[in-house]
Amino acid sequence: MSKLLSVSLSPHVHSGNSVKKEMYGVIIAMIPAMLVGFYAFGLDAVRVTAISVIAAVGFEYLIQKFLLKIEPTVTDGSAIITGMLFAFNMPSNLPIWIILIGILVSIGVAKLSFGGLGQNPFNPALVGRVFLLISFPVQMTTWPKVNPMNFSMVDAETAATPLALVKEGLKNGDNLSDLMGKIPSFTDMFLGIMGGSIGEISAIAILLGGIYMLWKKIISWHIPVSMLGTIAIIAAILHYVNPQAYAGADFHLLTGGAMLGAVFMATDMVTSPMTHKGMLIFGFGIGLLTILIRVFGAYPEGVSFAILIMNAFVPIINTYVKPKRFGEVKK
Amino acid sequence: MLKTFPVGGVHPSENKFSAGKKIETLPLPKSVTIPAGQHIGAPTQILVKKGDAVKVGQIIAKAGGFVSANIHSSVSGKVSKVDDIFDSSGYRRPSVVIEVEGDEWLEDIDRSENLKTEITLSKEEIIKKISEMGIVGLGGATFPTHVKLSIPDGKKVGNLLINAVECEPYLTADHQLMMEKADEILVGTTILMKALNVNKAYIGIENNKPDAISHLSEKSKNYKGIEVVALKVQYPQGGEKQLIKAVLNREVPSGGLPLDVGCVVQNVGTAFAIYEAVQKNKPLFERIVTVTGKSVNKPSNFLVRIGTSTDTLIEAAGGLHENSGKVVSGGPMMGKALSRTDVPITKGSSGVLIFKEEESKRDEIKPCIRCAKCVSVCPMGLEPYLLMTVSKSQNYERVESERALDCIECGSCSYTCPSSRPLLDYIRLGKSEVTKIIRSRNQK
Amino acid sequence: MNDVILYTLITLGGIGALSSIILFFVAQKFKVIEDPRIDLVEEVLPLANCGGCGYPGCRNFADACVKAEDLNSLYCPVGGNETMSKVASVLGQTVEGKEPQVAVLLCNGSNANRKHTSIFDSAANCTIAANTYGGETECTHGCLGLGECVDACNFNAMYMDPVTGLPVVIEDNCTACGACVKACPKNLFELRNKGKKSRRIYVACMNTDKGAPAKKACDTACIGCSLCFKACKYDAITMANNKAYIDYNKCVLCRACVEVCPTNAIHELNFPPRKVKPAKEEVANEPSTEVKSENQ
Repeated sequence: MSKLLSVSLSPHVHSGNSVKKEMYGVIIAMIPAMLVGFYAFGLDAVRVTAISVIAAVGFEYLIQKFLLKIEPTVTDGSAIITGMLFAFNMPSNLPIWIILIGILVSIGVAKLSFGGLGQNPFNPALVGRVFLLISFPVQMTTWPKVNPMNFSMVDAETAATPLALVKEGLKNGDNLSDLMGKIPSFTDMFLGIMGGSIGEISAIAILLGGIYMLWKKIISWHIPVSMLGTIAIIAAILHYVNPQAYAGADFHLLTGGAMLGAVFMATDMVTSPMTHKGMLIFGFGIGLLTILIRVFGAYPEGVSFAILIMNAFVPIINTYVKPKRFGEVKK
Repeated sequence: MLKTFPVGGVHPSENKFSAGKKIETLPLPKSVTIPAGQHIGAPTQILVKKGDAVKVGQIIAKAGGFVSANIHSSVSGKVSKVDDIFDSSGYRRPSVVIEVEGDEWLEDIDRSENLKTEITLSKEEIIKKISEMGIVGLGGATFPTHVKLSIPDGKKVGNLLINAVECEPYLTADHQLMMEKADEILVGTTILMKALNVNKAYIGIENNKPDAISHLSEKSKNYKGIEVVALKVQYPQGGEKQLIKAVLNREVPSGGLPLDVGCVVQNVGTAFAIYEAVQKNKPLFERIVTVTGKSVNKPSNFLVRIGTSTDTLIEAAGGLHENSGKVVSGGPMMGKALSRTDVPITKGSSGVLIFKEEESKRDEIKPCIRCAKCVSVCPMGLEPYLLMTVSKSQNYERVESERALDCIECGSCSYTCPSSRPLLDYIRLGKSEVTKIIRSRNQK
Repeated sequence: MNDVILYTLITLGGIGALSSIILFFVAQKFKVIEDPRIDLVEEVLPLANCGGCGYPGCRNFADACVKAEDLNSLYCPVGGNETMSKVASVLGQTVEGKEPQVAVLLCNGSNANRKHTSIFDSAANCTIAANTYGGETECTHGCLGLGECVDACNFNAMYMDPVTGLPVVIEDNCTACGACVKACPKNLFELRNKGKKSRRIYVACMNTDKGAPAKKACDTACIGCSLCFKACKYDAITMANNKAYIDYNKCVLCRACVEVCPTNAIHELNFPPRKVKPAKEEVANEPSTEVKSENQ
């Protein structure tokens, strides 16, 4: 025999899963939400998304190549996801320089300074977003009005998101049922005809992506279900206690980044717990914090903060929440 | 809903190329190399020396203790060498080389094809016979069967499980055996039931073998207390603990044996070997081996004498394709890669699997992306990513407290890892180090 | 406005005072009384925490030194005699000097000398490879070339030679801490006396197979022929398990054994070149052009 046999330990076959496949699967899942964003906000949304993705990939390549002097890993697709997720969380009228700062924080600070893919404790896209939200509150909370299929570059009118509208209204002592009349109908919100960030508006497009990822086994159902379930239950209870002060479950689920966060950001593999039980706890924590921030906090929206806070708890969850061992002897 | 075990598991492509291929008897080789250690347990004591004439079925190495098994000559001829020779482990081990002359069997072996259903021996005699005939678990673990059948005082066995799952992809030896020797298997099962003093036996078969399920179900009507259980296809259902969980929904406690939940599990091939040993007086010196692989011209199931060189089998299946990169003894998930192809077939060889060059290389190791797939596929509820990390950093106390010793080495974690991380390699390292530590601790 | 400042001062000052009182009592309660000499001893140690002395770290060793009645049973291989005499003077004791040692690799199965028969394709870890099978060559006793010893070395005293596929000990950096000895699953490292002018003679083979298979597996295997045993006039060589071993305490570095070895398994290090005929083992050690395939 001419060739030498290779010897390895079992298993000798592999499923064919790869980091690339997982990452590009997520990217495919994000496309419907992205298209709805383009439809709703026109060329501006295309501009923000394109710049974010190019900047994310570019920064990752440059930092790895020249600063860290390691082989760039941009082909694995994780930088593209960060870029897309980042764009999903941006209003479409954001200036380019702010986007670049945000991406630099996402890739440089939140991802690569921790050691790159797999090492970052916090979701990079969210770190970038929260950094911008705190640094540039005005630009970050001025959303353009939905203007379907408008592909001209004219500055669009701005409008508040339903969440901000309700929060502001309640603060001014308005009646909740009056406020509910001012926001888009629930059907519109479900489809994505409302003000907001590029990727968060359409619940149905996000759910479509989520179903795709579940089918491809990229994510498991635990985090989205427990997170959305917690939000729904707490919102429903509050609404039941005082219907005039607290909006219902449907409102909280469909507005803001709840859907986007539950499907794409909380499920980020790197920053979520390793066990199913842990994922349920993680999702519950995010849901609880989201509602607390939305209802009692200063910001109208709390998903980003909630996810980042729970990201910090992941190591503790991993240490103390173990899967059920087979044949565990009860003590 | 078909039964299966509830936690973890994967479903690799089955690739059962040799399914339905009739069992062929391989022509006698010119010489055989019979390793003196083919089982788990104490090494054997070689009884023959150079120049001795031996017959088929003659004992050539005596069990070196209770947990050990006799080894018999698989051919007739002259012993040409007793020396250390490479076996499938890649190390030199004591072996007996016999030059084949004719095919002369010991007289007391019944070579007729007649089915003998009547069991004349008593419980103790059966176990003694099994021990004499050198029967070991033929699923691959090669644990001496008589040890498994000798129930210690205080333990009670209620059920016998026959493992006919063959959950490993590619392999078809057990499947074909069930199709051709169903009655013998059922008689063997009845013998085992008598030896264990149980009146209920289950034969677990995955439903990717519907013909075997219906065939055995049909035949089992003639035998008392044997039930065929169809199981959903899921790897590693052939693991003892998983099989018991799937069939009886009982969980073997961590660190325990099937005995602790009143079960004994035997492989279907072992049941057949027991039939031959008890009813036909035939020692374990041949077995069925699947030779298969994508590049193999003629995937086949061969009846092979123990000690035949792996080369001979590969030749008989159409030769080694020049693009071959790896030869595995056993299945693709738990088998052992061979460093050379001139090693002998032993009692534990269930298959010879040939991989093409491009299939045999592992992918580049990427960083862990914490996708938690390894955790969700682990049938034992372990956290492979964590075990790998702690065992790589030589934190063996943690390896032990994270219960690495529960690992059944099924390979589901490495199989599924998108970053192609060598999870099982390091878990094995951790296990072997922890075993060493525990052993030295017990000595103190 | 003044009220605010006042309240702030009072609350913060109060918290500060309270905390300091608590801290004071906690510190009293959990005070650990240590022998002050431990610190003194620790100061003169190399602080490499390599574990070569048999203790987990330098502080544990210092503790052991302070408690020990006789310092001769303790030895810091990194600091050597100099450090030990310093330790002794700190503690007011005396120590006898020990001969400095160095790690040597007892294998010469370079890529050129040992033919590869398979490729190892799993986690690059020697112990895993050794648990899996005999190795990439027919020699089941030799170096696996995956560099666990290099990883274990804390002193940059070792590197893998990509040409030979074997680890190389950098003598000047080696402190004889013994980490490589423990790390190698094939037990291929030995700590030997550094010898006069760093000259050493040793059998660079651990193959216990009989002559024929050993020779077939590796060109420079010790085949157990006993020629060196017969050539040695000083009883320094013993034969066991089909291989020779040279006792470094008895060897007088006469090189008689090196000349008779038919396979060049006996190595001589740091000797001047021979005048009569060119040294044989230089041929054997000649770097090959074949580069070992990387196994990741």
